[in-house]
Amino acid sequence: MADGSALLTAGIWGWIVDPLEFEFMQRALLAVVLVGIVSAVVGAFVVVRGMAFIGDALAHASFAGIAAAVAFGFSIYIGAIVAAVVTALGIAVISQRSKLRFDTTIGVLFVGAFALGIVIVSRQENYTADLFSFVFGSVLGVSWGDLQLMSALGAIVVALVALFYKELLFTSYDATVAAATGIPTQLIDYGLLVLIAISTVVALQAVGIVLVIAMLVTPPATASLLVNRLHYIIFVGVAIAVASAVIGLYASYYADVASGASIVLTATAFFVAALLFAPRRGIVPRWLLDRERAREFGR
Amino acid sequence: MATNSNVLSIQDLWAGYDGDAALESISFEVGTGSLVGVAGPNGSGKSTLLKTILGLLRPWRGRIQVFGKDVNGSRNRVGYAPQSEVVDWDFPVTVRDVVTMGRYGRLGLLRRPGAADRAAVAGALSEVRLDELAGRQISELSGGQQRRMLIARALAQEADLLLLDEPMVGLDATNQHELLELFERLRSRGKTLLVATHDLSCVAACFDLTLLLNKKLVAFGPPGEIFTPELLNEAFAEDLLMLPTEGGVFVGHHGHG
Repeated sequence: MADGSALLTAGIWGWIVDPLEFEFMQRALLAVVLVGIVSAVVGAFVVVRGMAFIGDALAHASFAGIAAAVAFGFSIYIGAIVAAVVTALGIAVISQRSKLRFDTTIGVLFVGAFALGIVIVSRQENYTADLFSFVFGSVLGVSWGDLQLMSALGAIVVALVALFYKELLFTSYDATVAAATGIPTQLIDYGLLVLIAISTVVALQAVGIVLVIAMLVTPPATASLLVNRLHYIIFVGVAIAVASAVIGLYASYYADVASGASIVLTATAFFVAALLFAPRRGIVPRWLLDRERAREFGR
Repeated sequence: MATNSNVLSIQDLWAGYDGDAALESISFEVGTGSLVGVAGPNGSGKSTLLKTILGLLRPWRGRIQVFGKDVNGSRNRVGYAPQSEVVDWDFPVTVRDVVTMGRYGRLGLLRRPGAADRAAVAGALSEVRLDELAGRQISELSGGQQRRMLIARALAQEADLLLLDEPMVGLDATNQHELLELFERLRSRGKTLLVATHDLSCVAACFDLTLLLNKKLVAFGPPGEIFTPELLNEAFAEDLLMLPTEGGVFVGHHGHG
């Protein structure tokens, strides 16, 4: 019996450790954990402010920069960041200076940027696989250099959120009163957009343009079903994101499926579980409570 | 009234949006410890007046002085409670979190709330009698509790001039009464309150000064003196129903009021 459990422990240990003998898996694991943390920290603000659309838009807009980087031979990350940040600030300035709704401006600008990317790509004789690894994500292709860049960007994002947390909180909750007490709300709003832009770029290579939005939104949304203060949503969101990243990556390794999609599906599973079973806010506990009340009143 | 006792002094204030004037040539002065009801129909510039005093909207011309200084010099001494309906009540914060936001302006960038801030927050919460609900998520508050929380945030800021936008709307008589008692307590502690409302019966009964607004300043003074059919007609035009009664004039609103 003792032998059996030792064997089982060894088996599980091997199951966890074996993939890490490959250096690309070590890099991938670090990358997805990093992406999970950065995305959830920024994503908490995206969720509570209802900015999901802009997260999606900025990921798509970065395609223009990636395409330009591939065409003209400079760093893909620099291209992606410039495209995402310029689009973010463009959206902010236009929606402020014109009478257009925020989401209309987003819709116009991001598709424009994406189309620009397609135009650039279509001029290329043979566009590389590089380009499409960003569209669909290829975390196994992350290099140590990529990882360094992602860590640096991620650290800046997390540090800025920590430093300006109270201003971000006040501005997100009640911008008018925040402005009246002297907080530079416009600067904070622009800053948040830039942080969203940078975190979408950090997540790009790991999960791909199409799935970036899920990393931003799904873990914090799950957390918001479980806890009810913004900083708790950040912490719980990070925990859910990291768990999803690790579980999803192993699942993709053993089931031989795309890693980005596998991570997002894991996060989605957590979300569905919270939606159904979260204490107080879950569908099932609320239904049970209703039934109990009805029974008490003899119905 | 001596200039140095003036909390608020406004001279020839013009302001508006997109070229449309919302306030035209407003001038008045308010002394310490006043309880001023700012009354006028919807679109009469009540909110615009509050926002201009707060420095959220730049006046086209005119001068606003709060405690003898311009807006930027007196920011911390002016507290603001917005209309309850513009607040996101599902936002993930507790009552204490929101009241603590009142400290952020004094703290400045990069500093976190400390013991003095927590004490100010606790004081503000007990002033509005929300101590026991401090840990609640804001979506769990009733209408009256919501208004008191928004006022507590301005108190935590240690503001001496409080601008309250429609705090009475939608409250039942008990809650309105409780709020008026709070106003009275604050006034007795030397706070000055400017309360925007379209509920005239409330202004007439409970405020010492009424400012009747309809883009222009129609009248400013004790309610007893300015609640004449002529002035009310000028402020409210067709919005009001006025019936002469034995004791004076009954004032009602047409429609839903």
